[in-house]
Amino acid sequence: MSTAVTGTATPGRGSVKAFTTTWASQIGITTAFLLLWLTFIVLAPETFLSQRIYQSFAQTTPYFAIVALALTMVIIAGDIDLSFPSIMALGMVGFVSVWNASGSVELGVAASLAVGGLAGLFNGLIVTALGIPSLVVTIGTQFLFRGLTLVLVGGKSFALVQTQQSPTYDLLAGRILGIPMEFIWLVIAAVASWLLLNRHRLGQNTYAIGDNRQAAQLMGIPIRRTRIILFILTGLAAAFAGLMNSLQVVNFYPTMGDGYLLPTLAAVFVGGTSVFGGRGSIWGTFIGAFMIGGITAGIVAVGLTDFYTKLIYGAVVLISVSIHAILQRRFEY
Amino acid sequence: MAGQDPVQDPSLTPNIAPEASAPAEAATPAAVAPGEPRLELRHISKSFGGVNVLKDVSLQLRRREVLGLLGDNGAGKSTLIKIITGVHQPDDGEILFDGQAVDALSVQKARDLGVETVFQERALAEQLPLWRNIFMGRPLTGRLGFLRTGEMRRVTAGLMGESMGFTSAMLTPESHVAGLSGGERQGVAIVRALHFEADIIILDEPTMGLSLKETEKLLHFVDGIRGAGRSAIFIDHNIFHVYSVADRIIVLDRGRIAGEFPTSRYSLEEVMGIMREVAATSAYTEAERYRPTQASTATPWAEPQRPS
Repeated sequence: MSTAVTGTATPGRGSVKAFTTTWASQIGITTAFLLLWLTFIVLAPETFLSQRIYQSFAQTTPYFAIVALALTMVIIAGDIDLSFPSIMALGMVGFVSVWNASGSVELGVAASLAVGGLAGLFNGLIVTALGIPSLVVTIGTQFLFRGLTLVLVGGKSFALVQTQQSPTYDLLAGRILGIPMEFIWLVIAAVASWLLLNRHRLGQNTYAIGDNRQAAQLMGIPIRRTRIILFILTGLAAAFAGLMNSLQVVNFYPTMGDGYLLPTLAAVFVGGTSVFGGRGSIWGTFIGAFMIGGITAGIVAVGLTDFYTKLIYGAVVLISVSIHAILQRRFEY
Repeated sequence: MAGQDPVQDPSLTPNIAPEASAPAEAATPAAVAPGEPRLELRHISKSFGGVNVLKDVSLQLRRREVLGLLGDNGAGKSTLIKIITGVHQPDDGEILFDGQAVDALSVQKARDLGVETVFQERALAEQLPLWRNIFMGRPLTGRLGFLRTGEMRRVTAGLMGESMGFTSAMLTPESHVAGLSGGERQGVAIVRALHFEADIIILDEPTMGLSLKETEKLLHFVDGIRGAGRSAIFIDHNIFHVYSVADRIIVLDRGRIAGEFPTSRYSLEEVMGIMREVAATSAYTEAERYRPTQASTATPWAEPQRPS
């Protein structure tokens, strides 16, 4: 049956259409990405044909791209999480206290992930138990987690220079063959997210919940559990990103993560994930993150002043989102 | 249409292996004589926000029986169905499967006990491919919960060819439900129910939005359920549809059972007359005199007879 697409009089067109229908959004975003890239190469060849700028992207983009991957799944399920910038810092409070107490970087890493997971669990429990929209809940917890961080560390920042003696440091903030570990972790996270979303029970339930929550309930999908797990994953991703970021700059400051909210959300939506739920892809978010991550550097390299950054940023976001809307109407019924 | 023998049409019962599906914890099919109660509700009450949606509802569904459930909007049909399928829990009363009371019925538990519901297109996810819809809520998984996507696609392709009667070459297991017609969606919902070898199949307004031909096909399907030794509850507004396939019709009115009528004893005209009276007058007392015996729920009808 799987070959039946080609069974009619116009076999070629049939398969092309079926292919485009399934992948329209992802083809669209990839094309937009390549066009933008090409523009930058043409306008600023000396920057965009050298290796250095890609090493820089590979290091800085994962800080929000890893969170964007988890956030993609949350949004596909019809929820949203705005508290992750605060979780990035709150997780580091766990790291700093356990690392200071035990002297072990590994235990500190475990503590930061545990704190991130718990913060996600907290979000998930409030959202599902009280039935409050996640948008509202996570606006609240964004302040709560940030406030908790500031209170716990008394507003101080911490030098993390001594973590560099641990091999774990190199695993999180080092390089392999010139490739930043941040990028390698991002690839691992992307593959894992793709598997979870497309080849795992969790993803199957995630899509169904976001598409038609009533149907999911009637078909016996564990809606609460699934949504809570997705919030926990986002918390874990945020704590991990905060960890990599702090170790890279060997400093933890309690306002860390503050600037990541909008680029992360932009990466998800530029990637074609629907704010209404039920639709979205890991590939789209991956590409979207590098688009968002590359724009600032690209604009400066092209020779425009920094004043143009936000203007072009906004244009890219709006154009991408419009492309998705048009493609979906055209190909995906 | 009432005279057709569903078993003789092989296309109607492709996936209904007779008696192959009794859940392990229930009595074995051989031990249960045909016609014994498969499902029983006793004195079920349910209210939402102070409104009594169901008041002391008792009914039985027996093996190889198609029970028709009629009633106006707001009569409590959907709530009754959601209680049987475990979506809602009753405030009061008992639910029995094969004579055994079941506590805290959940959707999953009801499924394990063999209940499957055709909720029409309301229970399909439009933006997902067909195969993900067929396996919604219970995907085939391997180790660690990873999906066996190839197998699910194959099974879906098989079902599409054999059971749904999808012949269009443009439809594949990857097709999204959003591109399907009303009848095709109905087919997906029904085939999904039948595929999982349910032996209590609940059809909630299954003819809504169907063409004449699609409706006919659906009614054959329901006949096939009985032919395979399973039971069905058929809910519809349309009395003609219900009467033509049901062994027994229960009329629900404002949360109460207004009466029950075996189609072997009541003509379509009689049931229609009763329905009209139930709707027009103080329903419950008026319908009471049509009850053949006072204890009809306690002593069910001898053998479900079909005017065949």
